Amino acid sequence: MIKVAGRPESLQSKQFHYCPGCTHGIIHRLVAEVMDELGIREESIGVAPVGCSVLAYEYFNCDMHEAAHGRAPAVATGIKRVHPDKVVFTYQGDGDLASIGTAEIVHAAGRSEKITTIFVNNAIYGMTGGQMAPTTLIGQKATTSPYGRSVEAQGYPLKVSEMLATLTGAAYIARVSVHDPQHIRKAKAAIKKAFEYQIAGKGFTLVEVLSTCPTNWGLTPIEALKWLEENMLPYYPLGEYKTPEEVK
Amino acid sequence: MKQEVIMAGFGGQGVMSMGMLLAYAGMMEGKEVSWMPSYGPEMRGGTANCTVIVSDKRIASPITPSPDTSIVMNLPSLDKFSSMIKPGGVLIINSSLIEKDTNRTDIEVIKVPCNEIANELGNSRVANMVALGAYLQKTGILPLESIVKAMKKVFAGKEHLIPLNETALQRGAAVVK
Amino acid sequence: MGERILMKGNEAIGEAAIKAGCKYFFGYPITPQNELPEYMSRRLPKEDGVFLQAESEVAAINMVYGAAGSGARVMTSSSSPGISLKMEGISYIAGAELPCVIVNIVRGGPGLGGIQPAQSDYFQATKGGAHGDYRLVVLAPSSIQEAVDLVQEAFEIADFYRNPVMVLGDGMIGQMMEPVEFRAPQKRDLQPKDWATDGCKGRKPNVINSLWLQPEKLEEHNWKLFKKYEEIKKNEVKYETIQMEDAEFALVAYGTTSRICFSALETLRAEGYKVGLIRPITIWPFPEAAINQAADQVKGFLAVEMSTGQMVEDVRLSVEGKAPVHFYGRTGGMVPSPNEIVDQVKAVLGGGK
Repeated sequence: MIKVAGRPESLQSKQFHYCPGCTHGIIHRLVAEVMDELGIREESIGVAPVGCSVLAYEYFNCDMHEAAHGRAPAVATGIKRVHPDKVVFTYQGDGDLASIGTAEIVHAAGRSEKITTIFVNNAIYGMTGGQMAPTTLIGQKATTSPYGRSVEAQGYPLKVSEMLATLTGAAYIARVSVHDPQHIRKAKAAIKKAFEYQIAGKGFTLVEVLSTCPTNWGLTPIEALKWLEENMLPYYPLGEYKTPEEVK
Repeated sequence: MKQEVIMAGFGGQGVMSMGMLLAYAGMMEGKEVSWMPSYGPEMRGGTANCTVIVSDKRIASPITPSPDTSIVMNLPSLDKFSSMIKPGGVLIINSSLIEKDTNRTDIEVIKVPCNEIANELGNSRVANMVALGAYLQKTGILPLESIVKAMKKVFAGKEHLIPLNETALQRGAAVVK
Repeated sequence: MGERILMKGNEAIGEAAIKAGCKYFFGYPITPQNELPEYMSRRLPKEDGVFLQAESEVAAINMVYGAAGSGARVMTSSSSPGISLKMEGISYIAGAELPCVIVNIVRGGPGLGGIQPAQSDYFQATKGGAHGDYRLVVLAPSSIQEAVDLVQEAFEIADFYRNPVMVLGDGMIGQMMEPVEFRAPQKRDLQPKDWATDGCKGRKPNVINSLWLQPEKLEEHNWKLFKKYEEIKKNEVKYETIQMEDAEFALVAYGTTSRICFSALETLRAEGYKVGLIRPITIWPFPEAAINQAADQVKGFLAVEMSTGQMVEDVRLSVEGKAPVHFYGRTGGMVPSPNEIVDQVKAVLGGGK
């Protein structure tokens, strides 16, 4: 009998706590599949954030370290500097990485830390109940922008991939999405590249994954996927913003 | 035996290294020593000072409100540190740069033209060693040779400077003799 | 080892850490501790270690968190305002039960404060400082030699109890030079770090974590920590007494201030005052029993600090009302002189020897 589908070894056999329709589960799986394919599960140390994916340490079947809000890249730096031969990754949301953790992510990229960051951008604070994030779109409603985000009051959403791609120390920066199967396949390819570049010692790697939050967006899962495609893609264009080839 | 000395001057006059040499030499002679610098914005430009204590016993406070001796290499240091010296103590004045006198009458004042002597030796930077020589001769706290021994440690890699510094020490000592 | 060399406190602390097997240092510049990271940046690359200047104190302590979690002996240092920034990470490290050494070369506060020596971070170091039910072991050296010895021991204590240890100096300890001798530290019987995140080959994954969402579990965890702290209190108290045998009055001071008290004590003894000195070396755990016992013997205590009065509260708690506890302090970077302390003691004793 040929097994055509199953749980990746790099995921624990544990039920996710994520809301129905949330795409965190897909992204976890993509990371786990990549770890399996590269055979690095036993060589990997993951750093979990604060936010919806705070419990990521219960899901990934490798050594895990739970960091304080926004500090995952600093924690990952500490681990990688002690174990330069291991694979170290952070898994962070938009509040964690793009708000409270901007200093840590910018400087980890600037130092060209040989780590991989999976940056999940769903334009909202999920865990705390739908507050405005630095990536919340103009006009988008959140519990702390109840009239919709306005340029006058809250300014513009941060484009993290574009920003980090300007740094010399960043080796690979890509933005992907998981709103349909075709994009999920592309997302996995980007995540795999990022890990491969880390292993090859190319420098800092980050994959920004556009993700949904049906619960806090107030949409059904299907509506949420559509909302992502129609609203997030125009503001957050997909693609590779930096590759090691450009660094040379 | 316990000697507390404050050394003070412009940054660049070598007061810190003069104190360090004294502390090093004291340690090599088996004494207890401490060296405490002024630090912070003071160090950047302005005046610098350090407190050195050499003692036969465990050193209590590494700073002192009333030193046995002050060595002042410039005028602001005279104003700041002459009043602290304990009665019966010693004030060593770099008379090359300080024309003013102290109004203290209860201490011994020794004027040493440190920069003139250093210039005669061909290097104004050894003015600090002239002052240190005078100090050692006056207090007898350590033999001059112990400072020379310390130089061999402290000047590692710059041993060629030792003879000049040694001469400067001797010239300073000669002023007191 | 064995040779006495003259070293600046900050540099001696760095060398002591290296001699204790610390190969990783994450820091951020702040006066008056800069010579310590500078020293590490010169030395660690030669020891096959890593020195990294982080983007902030916040990042530095989180790098320590990562390195400690992955099994390394690791240190950071800062001075008061920087330590405030590190407090978040310190709480996580304590919660996750990781060993590390944090050096605080204390300067005057609050706020940006000043850069001269102070002891006004006593509360922060010993009473929490960050959130949650946790304790740091806090060692307070009063000389460069003691700083060297305690830093080496700090790593052993940290590993033994899986707890962060703080070495609390002040600007004077950091900047001063004194002779030091590097002696081999007493090794403790340490368990292998089989909990570290260094890759899960041949075992189940390890998780470093301070999150316990179920209150029952967190309570259990906190009581477990409490038990550990009780064990530390039982085993790790360190203090020195000077001329307490016949003392009728006791000075209590730690760190730099204890040396100034020692000067005052010599003067007072020469004048016939029967004064002794109790010098806490660990300020957490605090030498409660020693002070309580002394309270049966002396007429009173004078706590002397470079603050407006922080340790004095622990002295009062230890004395349990058996004798009056007086306080004398200078703050903001001012260092008390021996004469001021002599005068205070005479004023308290009302001229009676």
